[in-house]
Amino acid sequence: MMSAAEGSLGQSAAGSGSLALNLMKLRTFIALFAVLVFFSFAAPNFLSAANLILMSKHVALNAFLAMGMTFVIVTGGIDLSVGSIVGLCAMVAGGLILNGLDLMIGYTVYFNVVEIILITLGVGLLIGAINGLLITRLNVAPFIATLGTLYVARGLALLSSDGATFPNLVGKEEFGTTGYGVLGAGRLFGLPLAIWILIVVALAASYVARFTPIGRHIFAVGGNERAAGLSGIRVARVKLFVYMFSGFCAAIVGLIVSSELMAAHPATGESFELNAIAAAVLGGTSMSGGRGTIGGTIVGAFVIGILSDGLVMMGVSSFWQMVIKGLVIIIAVVVDQAQRRLQQRVALRQMARMG
Amino acid sequence: MSETPDDDVVLRLEGVSKVYSGTVAVKQADFDVRRGAVNVLVGENGAGKSTLMKIIAGVESPTHGRILLDGEPVSFANAAAARARGVGMVFQELNLFGNLSVAENIFAARELTRGALGIDHRRQERRAAQFLERLEAGIDPGALVEDLRIGQQQLVEIAKAVAQDARILILDEPTSALSAAEVEVLFRVIADLRARGVAIVYISHRLEELIRIGDFITVLRDGRVTGRARMADVDVGWIVRQMIGSPAKDFAKAEDHAIGAEAFRAEDICLPRLTGGYEVDHVSLSVRKGEILGVYGLMGAGRSEFLDCVMGRRPHATGRIFIDGEAVSERDVTGRIRRGLALIPEDRQREGLVAILSVAANLTMASLSKFLVGFHISSAREQTAIGRAIRDLSIKVADPAMEVASLSGGNQQKVVIGKALMTDPKVLLMDEPSRGIDVGAKAEVFRTMRKLAAQGLGIVFVTSDLGEVLALSDRIAVMSNGRVTALVERAEATEQSLVAASALGHGPGPSPLLETK
Repeated sequence: MMSAAEGSLGQSAAGSGSLALNLMKLRTFIALFAVLVFFSFAAPNFLSAANLILMSKHVALNAFLAMGMTFVIVTGGIDLSVGSIVGLCAMVAGGLILNGLDLMIGYTVYFNVVEIILITLGVGLLIGAINGLLITRLNVAPFIATLGTLYVARGLALLSSDGATFPNLVGKEEFGTTGYGVLGAGRLFGLPLAIWILIVVALAASYVARFTPIGRHIFAVGGNERAAGLSGIRVARVKLFVYMFSGFCAAIVGLIVSSELMAAHPATGESFELNAIAAAVLGGTSMSGGRGTIGGTIVGAFVIGILSDGLVMMGVSSFWQMVIKGLVIIIAVVVDQAQRRLQQRVALRQMARMG
Repeated sequence: MSETPDDDVVLRLEGVSKVYSGTVAVKQADFDVRRGAVNVLVGENGAGKSTLMKIIAGVESPTHGRILLDGEPVSFANAAAARARGVGMVFQELNLFGNLSVAENIFAARELTRGALGIDHRRQERRAAQFLERLEAGIDPGALVEDLRIGQQQLVEIAKAVAQDARILILDEPTSALSAAEVEVLFRVIADLRARGVAIVYISHRLEELIRIGDFITVLRDGRVTGRARMADVDVGWIVRQMIGSPAKDFAKAEDHAIGAEAFRAEDICLPRLTGGYEVDHVSLSVRKGEILGVYGLMGAGRSEFLDCVMGRRPHATGRIFIDGEAVSERDVTGRIRRGLALIPEDRQREGLVAILSVAANLTMASLSKFLVGFHISSAREQTAIGRAIRDLSIKVADPAMEVASLSGGNQQKVVIGKALMTDPKVLLMDEPSRGIDVGAKAEVFRTMRKLAAQGLGIVFVTSDLGEVLALSDRIAVMSNGRVTALVERAEATEQSLVAASALGHGPGPSPLLETK
């Protein structure tokens, strides 16, 4: 797991607070621990290695999206289009493997798997860039801009196959399109490849957030856009970056999902955006911008993922699962607010003591 | 200075003090409001006028002292309670709903209804039209407020207060956005209200306006009442003396140093106003290395807008700027910071700081590229720079990782200055650098400015505080109505001449143009 939840600039204030404050700060970890302990008693086989790996694979998909979402939310925006980008990217990859690219002049170009993966990632980046440009250049509110691309991307995904599934993506030897399944099914040192990719992307994102100017700028823009602009930060560029990163993460998910299933379905990723937002919020990302960590978000994604998988294993109906998930999210935000208040009080008390 | 009989006094403040966390805004102030008269309140920015008025209007409650209304002690729980007792206030910052119509604004929170059938819009608009007619504003009561000019909006605000049948009407800088003709109308309305026995409290910086319209004058300085008189007994000189007090405020030049070559020059900076005319009207100014240029002027004179134009924050601005004699072609803030300009904005909370980030993050925000090794921010270099800034500016903070919001105003201002200095500027633009910080911190900020100038930085600072501009500047420019109306060496500047130049082109009367260049 990441070392994270704490440590982003500005969150490590007032270290010597009360016990309650420290408990609240660690709430996401405590929640994770609680669900792990609870289900290891309540659900048989929960702690088996096979089950943990399977759950991690489920969690990984949401975690990718949630990371992209975290940066977006930290700048004060929102990206509703990620679920649709997952679907569109799955279709792009599937279509290229199965049918190649028809140039409309009697020729069809086939790409090899590596090229297809790069093209698909490019599509994710492109839609992210469209989101970013709509928001920065044309001043469309993030909610509306990404709601629009949500529909457009989903529509394009459906159009690409007339709503049908691209089945059986084994590819053809002569075009170099075989082996697509490795992405979803491959393993390295016993862990699924998807988990390794998640670890790499998460470490990179966490590093970017803390040790690169663009990462710091994301937090500054989210905390106070005007002050950031006046400090010479190119606000538009920062926003463009976060939406492109979010699109990139969604493209990864599209690739992994279609590779796992060896099929691309245009409805892939529906409502994924909501799970991603939930994970980010659960991990301490503030919807008003400026606060959030990649580590916290990953833990949040694990809490949500383990919660739903564990409830399935216990045989709880999916209707109740939704109710429980919703309650957990609300409680997380309530605790978050309580922590802010407590933290302020502790800080004021310290200031008073200092005189 | 004879006292009038007490029965004319409708509201009296006795020994009122107001303490905010850390700063005392008003100290032991006595203030009488007489009916059927214009009671003028005057003082520099931060003297406590607005706080005093907020106490009367029930927005703030006093920490000490009592309020007597018609001789009885009262305490207003909130603005609504004060309004119920007949106190109306027109705030300096407009409190209007841009998305509602003029009539809806005038009757906001006391809508005329037809019982349970909802708001009687037609009656509201008719009544609103009557009030507006008295103001001769030519405003359609059905128009949306956001479609009106600022001056018209101010008239709507005034109509709103008049419509409440206030016995005591507080006008805080009501003319700051009005044209000369609109000011005349406002004065007629005030005269009319006075004749009907309304007690008017009038706050303004424009001294000639006060002298023309006022009956009684009270002067505030640093939260204390320093003068009270009948207007007929006093003149501009007396007011200025009471406002500024002993001529030398305590931040006189600490060290003398050589002033070098020209560091910065702005030529013909223009910023067109949306409604015609210019907010910044062909302003040309220059500052040399090690020189402090004070830009004095009233609110709305175009000073902040000028700095904004120089900084590249107004895309419609025209004109040329030069640093060290070289033309600056960069049009955006980022590029201009890179060329060596830095702005300390007037509104620290909204534009200076990212409140939820740490002191450290705020300090290095604008200059992260300095600490890069490849694409990696070197913590060691960053921490060294943060430590140095905190030491150099003597920022009082236990741990740089603390949220910047937890610091006092003066220390927050030092963080903003530190952030600007980390970009290695050649020219520092400071907009009201002493706003909202207490006296001790002010002196420290001023000492810092002198020190920086001694190190060869060119500083342009904007202020509406006469004492400040006289004490700190090597040269003084006065702006009024978007123009530079005077440009004098410190030695040649007098309080009277600066005040006179700052009123040029404003308000009623002819506006002669004087270019002392």
